[in-house]
Amino acid sequence: MTAVAGGASAAEGAGSGEDAFLAAFDAAVAAEERIEPRDWMPDAYRATLVRQMAQHAHSEIIGMQPEANWITRAPSLRRKAILMAKVQDEAGHGLYLYSATETLGTGRDELLDKLHAGRQKYSSIFNYPTLTWADVGAIGWLVDGAAITNQVPLCRCSYGPYARAMIRICKEESFHQRQGFELLLALSEGTPEQHAMAQDAVDRWWWPSLMMFGPPDGESAHSAQSTAWKIKRFSNDELRQRFVDICVPQAEALGLTLPDPDLRWNEDKGGHDFGAIDWSEFQAVLKGNGPCNEERITQRRRAHEDGAWVRDAAAAYAAKQAAGSDEKAVAA
Amino acid sequence: MSAALALADDALVLSHRLGEWAGHAPVLEEEVALANIALDLLGQARSLYSLVGDEDELAYLREERAFRNVQLVEQPDGDFAHTIARQLYFSAYQLPLYRALAATDSALAPLAAKAAKEVEYHLDHARLWTLRLGDGTDESHTRMQRACTALWKFTGELFQPVEGLDADPAALEAEWLVDIGEVLERATLTLPDGPRRGGWAAGAGRQGLHTEPFGRMLAEMQHLHRSHPGATW
Repeated sequence: MTAVAGGASAAEGAGSGEDAFLAAFDAAVAAEERIEPRDWMPDAYRATLVRQMAQHAHSEIIGMQPEANWITRAPSLRRKAILMAKVQDEAGHGLYLYSATETLGTGRDELLDKLHAGRQKYSSIFNYPTLTWADVGAIGWLVDGAAITNQVPLCRCSYGPYARAMIRICKEESFHQRQGFELLLALSEGTPEQHAMAQDAVDRWWWPSLMMFGPPDGESAHSAQSTAWKIKRFSNDELRQRFVDICVPQAEALGLTLPDPDLRWNEDKGGHDFGAIDWSEFQAVLKGNGPCNEERITQRRRAHEDGAWVRDAAAAYAAKQAAGSDEKAVAA
Repeated sequence: MSAALALADDALVLSHRLGEWAGHAPVLEEEVALANIALDLLGQARSLYSLVGDEDELAYLREERAFRNVQLVEQPDGDFAHTIARQLYFSAYQLPLYRALAATDSALAPLAAKAAKEVEYHLDHARLWTLRLGDGTDESHTRMQRACTALWKFTGELFQPVEGLDADPAALEAEWLVDIGEVLERATLTLPDGPRRGGWAAGAGRQGLHTEPFGRMLAEMQHLHRSHPGATW
C-alpha cells in the first residue's frame, strides 16, 4: 500500500528530482509492495499498464460477442441460463477493468473511443467465429483456461488496482472454465453427432488458444520491461507450456484429442513437447485479417453509435434533475 | 396446470427477447442489467415449467400454436425505447399479479413470492428508463412516446382471465392503469388512447394465436434442440 506515497519525502531525503522518485519506486517494486493510484510511477509504467489493462477490458467486451452468438440457440434452458450468466459476468469484468484503468488517469469513454478507432487492441482469440454449440464449451475450457493461466500470476502484479481486479475476475473465470469443460464432457459422452461436434470445436480452438500467450519469448516486445516491473511474472512460453501440460490430461478425461501430431510427453523436461505454432496466422489476426475482426469491431461500434441517443437522454435527464434539486435548495 | 404454463411462457419468451440484446446494449451497465432481468425471467420460467412437466420438452418441442404467452412479450426488441416500454408494461403487470398470487394458497404462491422480489427490481429499472427517455432529449422523448403507443394494443390481453389463475384480472387492470398513467405523466409522456387489443382476436396469445415474428423467434430458439432428438446437453 502507498508504496511510494512517501515519494515526496523519500525524494527530499535522497536529494532531488526524478531519480529519487524512481529509486523509491524501484525499491517498492523490489520489495513486492503494491503501487497505488496516487503513488509516483514512471510514465512508461503508467503507459504500459494503460495499454495492457485497456486491452484486457476491451477483450472482455468484445469477448461477449462470440458467446452471445449462441444465447438465443442454446439447446437447453439450463445451458441458456449458464451462458447468459457468463456473458453478463464478462460485461461486469469489463466494467471492473475499465474502472481499474481509470485509476491511471484515463476515462472509459476515451478508452472505448480508442477501441472503436482500432487504436487499442483486444485479444486475438475473439476474432474466431463460434460455428457450433460446442464452440461455447471450447471457449470455456480452452480460452478461459488460457486466460486464467495468464491472469492468475497477475493477481500478484505490482499495480494494486489491477492485482485486485484480477483476484475477483479469476474466481469467476475459473467457474466459467469448469462449466465449459462440463459442457464439452456432456457432448463428448452424448450421441455420436454431439461427440463429433465437440471434437471439431476443440480442433478449431486449440491453436488459437495457444496463441493467446503471445509471441515466443525471443520476439515479445514488452516482456523484459514488464517482468522488471513485476507486471509480468512468467514468460509467454513458460505460461504456454504450463497450459499445455494442464490441458493434455483434461483432454483425455474429456475423451477428446488435441489436434497436434507432435504432442508427446518429454520425460527429461517434465513437460509436453508440442508442435510449431503458425505465427503467420497470429500476425494476420493481430493485423485485422482474422475471420471476424471486421464483424466484431463493426458490431461494437454500431452498439455504441445506436446507443448514443440513450446516453444523451440519460445525461439530459440527470442535468434536469440536478437543476431541479438546485432550485429546491434555493427555494428552501 | 394452464396458469403456470401461461406464466412460464410469458417469462421464457421475454427472457429470450432480452437475451438478444447481449453485446448490443447502449451502455455497458445495460448489458449487465438486461442480462440480469433475462436471467431472472428464465429462472421464473424454469420454476413454473417444473410444475407442469419437463422444462426442455415444454420450451423446445411445442410449436407456435401451443405457446400460451401474451403477444406483448414476443414483440421484437426494436430500439431501446421499445424494449423499455415492453418491459414497463409487462413488469407493471407481473408485479401485482405475483404479489396477489403470493398471498393465495395456490401451488404458485411460493414461487410468486420469490419472483415478486425480482420483478420489483425489473419494474424499477423500466420506470427509471421511462423517465430518462421520456424526459431526456427531444429525440428520446419522441422514441419513448412512439414505443409506448406502438405496444399499447398488446396490453389489454394481459388482463384476460386465465384458467386456474387465482387473481382478479379487473383489479389488476385497474391498478396497472393507474401505475402506468402515473409513470408516463412523470416522464412527460401521453397515455396512449388507442384500443388495447389487436383487431382480430381477443386474448390471442393465451389461445396460442401469435404475431408473425414469434414463429421466427421459436425457429431460432428450438432449431439446435430439435436437430438432435433425444440428446441430452
